[in-house]
Amino acid sequence: MATTMTEIQENATAAGAAGAAGVAGHLAEFERFQRELPAGEPGAVQALRRMAIERFAALGFPTLRQEEWRQTNVSAIAQGTFQRPQSDPDAVAAVSPELLFDAAARLVFVDGRFSARLSSVGQLPEGVIVGSLAQALQRSPEKVEPWLGQFARFENHPFVALNTAFLRDGAFIWVPRGAATGLIHVLYLSSSDNDGRATVSFPRNLFVTGENSQATIVETYAGTGPYFNCPVTELVAGPNSVVDHYKVQRESREAFHMSTFQVQADRHSVPSSHSISLGGGLVRNDVNAVLDGEGIDCILNGLYLLEGSQFVDNHMRVEHAKPHCASHELYKGVLDGKARSIFSGLIHVHKGAQKTDAKQSNRNLLLSRDAVANSNPQLEIYADDVRCTHGSTVGQLDEDAVFYLRSRGIGAEAARSLLTYAFASDIVERIKVEPVRRDLEEFLFARLPKGDVVRQAV
Amino acid sequence: MLEIKNLHASVEGNEILRGIDLTINNGEVHAIMGPNGSGKSTLARVLAGQEAYEVTAGQVLFDGQDLLDMDPEVRAREGVFMAFQYPVEIPGVSNTYFLKAALNAVRKHRGLPEMDALEFLAMVRQKMKMVQMEETLLNRPVNEGFSGGEKKRNEIFHMAVLEPRMCILDETDSGLDIDALRIVSDGVNALRSADRSFLLITHYQRLLNYIVPDHVHVLLDGRIVRSGGKELALELEEKGYSLLEAAERERALPVGA
Repeated sequence: MATTMTEIQENATAAGAAGAAGVAGHLAEFERFQRELPAGEPGAVQALRRMAIERFAALGFPTLRQEEWRQTNVSAIAQGTFQRPQSDPDAVAAVSPELLFDAAARLVFVDGRFSARLSSVGQLPEGVIVGSLAQALQRSPEKVEPWLGQFARFENHPFVALNTAFLRDGAFIWVPRGAATGLIHVLYLSSSDNDGRATVSFPRNLFVTGENSQATIVETYAGTGPYFNCPVTELVAGPNSVVDHYKVQRESREAFHMSTFQVQADRHSVPSSHSISLGGGLVRNDVNAVLDGEGIDCILNGLYLLEGSQFVDNHMRVEHAKPHCASHELYKGVLDGKARSIFSGLIHVHKGAQKTDAKQSNRNLLLSRDAVANSNPQLEIYADDVRCTHGSTVGQLDEDAVFYLRSRGIGAEAARSLLTYAFASDIVERIKVEPVRRDLEEFLFARLPKGDVVRQAV
Repeated sequence: MLEIKNLHASVEGNEILRGIDLTINNGEVHAIMGPNGSGKSTLARVLAGQEAYEVTAGQVLFDGQDLLDMDPEVRAREGVFMAFQYPVEIPGVSNTYFLKAALNAVRKHRGLPEMDALEFLAMVRQKMKMVQMEETLLNRPVNEGFSGGEKKRNEIFHMAVLEPRMCILDETDSGLDIDALRIVSDGVNALRSADRSFLLITHYQRLLNYIVPDHVHVLLDGRIVRSGGKELALELEEKGYSLLEAAERERALPVGA
């Protein structure tokens, strides 16, 4: 049942000009958004947005009655009022140095819009494109259209639908056959508007890596004040390509962050994803990997460090569509205060995907009585010669280990911090990009009580 | 150095130690022997400060200070060390770096400057030789994947680095083959000094062939029932604990029964 445009228009009037609130507000905002778009955009993109907003209108925001959202309450987003940012992305004076590190190319987006002034792209290998999606749609639509919106499906996902409806800009990375990029850093800065009102942005990223290519991409999300960030990233990993993707989410504590990372992997590719969730108030990270060729080796790692009333839902879906593929998922969480986490991990092995080797592990460490971690592993296997394992744990610090450390002279607080650090360390150590790993270590030293002792002891 | 007076301790409401009196002077090596369940390991753990054990009566003085009033880490910094019967595996915590942090905590407490990395490494290499520990074990996480013998050697290695004054060895000899036992014992003997005392908790007399004690005590049912010199261990080895237990039961019978 599709909503007609007339209905959308009617709802638009109801919402008024105060910003998008509820489904109707977003629909009204969509009409305003349409009028701002530059002329000459590819028709396919315009059509995609239309389909997406219609789908969003039909789906509405998810509720707890829906299986995929049964533990994640997004009513604060559904009822919230959000402004589409109007400020000039180049008006930001400077990026906080702690968010920066040496990279071959850096793209900076302010409230979802590209800032040419803050970005810097040096000499890149022949044929490699690192830039804004909006520019790519104008300059080389033939490199965008075949992929954009083809993999991150919005039929059953309201936030992907919303992102697709409002897609305008984000990072576009194109790595041709045989090329290798250096480190590419994509930084998304968000904030409330000048009047302190919550903003909304819909970063849309597309990464396409050709046959035998290699790329390392770090997405960092940071911000201040209340806002709603709704990014979607599509990675199309070509045959035999090696792609290391890092997402560091350190949004403001008042922020909503509803993201989807969609991996479409071709034969013999080695895509890896490292999702680090440090910030945000209400966070959902969907990571979907479709292994659509033989011999793919896919790694999906994650770490979430939560305190206060933070909520993070990591929602994983791995599709083994072809034989001889491996997927290894390791997600670890450290929860303090009244924090809550959800891990939902589905491994779907299609008929004929023989010799699949799928591993999934979710481990949670609770540092307080009030923290809660839920883990929902799920296997759907339609092939008979496969190896699939999953395991999940929720536990506290090992008191014997705490005592052992104390018996050697380490203080109680430092001993607990050291063991907490150790718990997180196997994800930290898997981070191959040195500045990202170092930043995460520093974050842990700062977060953990007696972090100076931990720094010395690891 | 260590004075234990009428020490009573319980775990989960069961009284395990029922009045221990023991004085260990500077430089002395005391061995506590006894059958399983006699309370040997409980005594070691109470001295180290494990919270699962509740001290219900008595006193322990370490250099005149109330040991039982100190947190486990303070005891360690003051110079009390327990080599664990079952050393804990701690994934993700490097054996060396952790030890450096521990040593610096101890040194700070004693008013000594922190050791720099080079100094520390030189010292560590020297101590490793003492227990014939392979250098690869230094860089591994604490005890993770170590064999039984390697774990016990690692305990003695920690002890050598931290240079405690009161060393408590909780069944360090159990599960060791003769070669490993010799290595561990050589390490302990090298650490013996006029200012360092040892409390060896063991089930077997064998250890005392290698580490010769000044005093031997027999623990039965939470009490020290006999004390003597090193020859007491040999007597026990010969007669076994059962004879002693029988004698003790007889002795404990009320007069005229």
